[in-house]
Amino acid sequence: MSALAIMSTHATTRIVGAPVPRKEGVDKLTGRALYVDDIEREGMWHGATVRSTIPRGLIRSTTFDHRIDWREFAIVTAADIPGENCIQLIVADQPCLADGKVNHCEEPILLLAHPDKHKLREAVGAVYIEYESLPPIFTIEESERSDVIIWGADNLLKSFLLEKGDVDSAWSRAAHIIEGEYRTGAQEHLYIENQGMIAEYSVDRGITVWGSLQCPYYVVKSLKSVFDLPDEKVRVIQTETGGAFGGKEDFPSNVACHAALLAMKCGHPVKIIYDRIEDLAATTKRHPSRVRHRTALDGDGKLIAIEINLDTNGGAYATLSSTVLSRATLHATGPYLCPNVRVNARSWATNLVPYGAFRGFGAPQAIFAMERHMDEIAAALGIDPVELRRRNFLHQGDTNATEQLMRQPIILDQLLDRALRESDYYARRAQFARENAGCAIKRGMGIAAFYHGSGFTGSGEEYLNSLAGIDATPEGKVRVLVSNTEFGQGTNTILTQVAAEALGLDYQDVTMAAPDTGIVPNSGPTVASRTSMVVGRIIERAGLQLLNLLREHAGLSSSHTREEFFAACDRYRAAKGEVVSLCRYEAPPGIHWDDQTYHGEAYGAYAWALYVAQVAVDTVTYSAEVEEIWAVQEAGRVLHPVLAAGQIEGGIAQAIGFALYEKVVLQDGRMANNQMTNYIMPTAEDVPPIHVYFEQSHFPHGGFGAKGIGELPHDGPAPAILNAIRDATGVSFNAIPLLPEDLYAGLVETQPAEEPVAR
Amino acid sequence: MSRKRDESPSSLWPAIQFTVNGGSRTVRVPPMKRLLDVLREDLHLTGTKEGCGEGECGSCSVRMNDELVNSCLVPVLQAEGADIQTVEGLALNGDLHPLQQAFLHHGGAQCGICTPGMLMAAAQLLAHTPHPSATEIREALAGNLCRCTGFMHIFESVAAAADAHDAQQANEHTMEQTHHAR
Repeated sequence: MSALAIMSTHATTRIVGAPVPRKEGVDKLTGRALYVDDIEREGMWHGATVRSTIPRGLIRSTTFDHRIDWREFAIVTAADIPGENCIQLIVADQPCLADGKVNHCEEPILLLAHPDKHKLREAVGAVYIEYESLPPIFTIEESERSDVIIWGADNLLKSFLLEKGDVDSAWSRAAHIIEGEYRTGAQEHLYIENQGMIAEYSVDRGITVWGSLQCPYYVVKSLKSVFDLPDEKVRVIQTETGGAFGGKEDFPSNVACHAALLAMKCGHPVKIIYDRIEDLAATTKRHPSRVRHRTALDGDGKLIAIEINLDTNGGAYATLSSTVLSRATLHATGPYLCPNVRVNARSWATNLVPYGAFRGFGAPQAIFAMERHMDEIAAALGIDPVELRRRNFLHQGDTNATEQLMRQPIILDQLLDRALRESDYYARRAQFARENAGCAIKRGMGIAAFYHGSGFTGSGEEYLNSLAGIDATPEGKVRVLVSNTEFGQGTNTILTQVAAEALGLDYQDVTMAAPDTGIVPNSGPTVASRTSMVVGRIIERAGLQLLNLLREHAGLSSSHTREEFFAACDRYRAAKGEVVSLCRYEAPPGIHWDDQTYHGEAYGAYAWALYVAQVAVDTVTYSAEVEEIWAVQEAGRVLHPVLAAGQIEGGIAQAIGFALYEKVVLQDGRMANNQMTNYIMPTAEDVPPIHVYFEQSHFPHGGFGAKGIGELPHDGPAPAILNAIRDATGVSFNAIPLLPEDLYAGLVETQPAEEPVAR
Repeated sequence: MSRKRDESPSSLWPAIQFTVNGGSRTVRVPPMKRLLDVLREDLHLTGTKEGCGEGECGSCSVRMNDELVNSCLVPVLQAEGADIQTVEGLALNGDLHPLQQAFLHHGGAQCGICTPGMLMAAAQLLAHTPHPSATEIREALAGNLCRCTGFMHIFESVAAAADAHDAQQANEHTMEQTHHAR
């Protein structure tokens, strides 16, 4: 099937694809939207956390300064935990509160609550913990050396081995073998709203939590375990959430358990709001990575073997390191065809704050290495980097590294052509090559080709078994019933578009049910670029199912007005009861995944992209500036053009920060620059013009044809930018963030124009 | 779920009087209390947000005496007699301000936490520069961090609001002329 053919199938919707106003937009624009810190409960106290000041050791004693009247405070330690002292995630290894030992700086040890929040700061400083220090380890290298074991038998949080074909026998046939090592740093989410929760506890009703979070049912799971309570005694409600980016996937479970423990202890609702300094120091960040490539090519520049050793720093507890590593593994070889592949992936424990989910979830690290490496190969072989990629692109009918048959069309060539055309790539490159010689400002162009798998990996979506749906209330409102949350990316808007479209109603007729586990079913977490594609599809099906129900039992005609729809709902309600339609996830046909061998359908769908960056490197100040970015992608159907473009632009801005600005400085295991003053993200004056283009297709198993889109734009910019810097300066930089001091070191110490030697 | 309760101010502190969104307000609070906290805790205007507490992110931006300030850096004693506008004062009689309209239709708000401050920064710009260039928009918003949008749709929203403002003024001008002609 040609790309043009698939593009003609998408033009038959009224609401899907239209730029309807953001569902909760007016509330956000008028200041009416209530974020957790805007909410007060009757008799509410405030909570704070006493944290470890050392990276590893045994807790010897705790003393309370006698100048504080501690009778005014509620104090919670691990001994107060009624259930299991553990945050429930993939591996149950992270204590809710440290009990006798600490494994990273900022590990929570003790909790305080007081009616006056202004009394807490002094009180936190008046709790003195004495430790017996143990030797800490901080780096991948220290962890893999295994001199000091801090986790399990060997510090290894998780490993994967992905193998295709026969890598070992390929080297002897190679015309070229190119090696490289690439590193990425930690990155802070820097959501502008810090972490925060309010919890209430009563013996009768159990626990209710309101807070800033992505995944209400993740929080339920930890609360149930920490308090040893059944499902019906734990209720989690998401408040308006001021940015998340993965930073509110797993960490909110910790804050919620802490607030709830204090609420149980003091008998009042308790609010915990982190300030920026605490949030930056104590919460998760993107996993730092070290990726080593060894690549064999034939005389025509075609890939014949890829061997990758991919290592991540996981921090002190396992949290989501295994699944981040999995996604990194499955994105490590890029959108290329290669018959022989070996990816050896490992995540290592260190005495650092646990690293966690962050937009892209391992893929940006793996893709930075692959796409930077492709330019090194091109330079070594003397091939145009564009041409090298084109020769190796995956096509429909090929198999990728997990031997997944690419059943859907792949339009990488089309995306590449568009990117080259829109950016005027060759003309600009030639112009810069002419101008750079006599100029202190060196300009260059760089590209990156990449894909991002939508939804949970492998059999993950079947394991989640998401349940979602639609109901119609007696008040004449249709509600979308999902546990998927809005945190800026547009969940509310796109899911109401999908429901209204499926039901033949207006956008205004459909609302979102409150993101409250007492009301909505578990439709899975709001992560992994799964909402549009996976949950959108379930809502589309639930809508069609509801229409069928009303046609069969309430006399709804096959083409109806909104008045007829609501009249049919009333008839159905009178005759049969609640008007509700729930559907479970159904896997697309032909999805088979083997978790042991890492073979099969790694993802139900892939979004594809080609990004071009233009940079200017100032050889006097050693600053690198991105001057323009062109982002061309195919992510299935675009459900909302403004929101979709906003996702791409926002992801690119974060990725520019990942590449050039954002450095987490660690000193003895503590973040030293845990302020917005010295952790630097791109501002309105730093983000260049970003040109966004969608080549639309219709993915038959996504909500009205959509694939995932949220994470894709974080994957490509960093390698495109560093490739452009190489084009500008002739010097290869293989580690990010690339700050002016790194540029200085590289440009002064390296002799440019020396291409890596092919062996 | 309720907003913060109205509490009568403690009489221990001297009265500080200022105007917020056109209405006179008097508070009796510690004079070094941050204007941000006074707005949120004492006046229950929670539209103004805290992002960093050190004047870097601009989420707490309000307009004070026709200047844009970070309310986290302003002790309330400095607000004595001041004229303050917050996000709650933008919409008039339930009609969205042209900036709010533009942000709604051009994707200027995503998670919304930076939005109140961003709107105040944009309002400050348009009050003095009704026809801002792209560079002027960037400079005016440089003190307001947004982590969601990559700023592109915010720039677009501000430019669209400026155009709408033009159109509105042109319209009023025409009406005026028509009126005079009669």
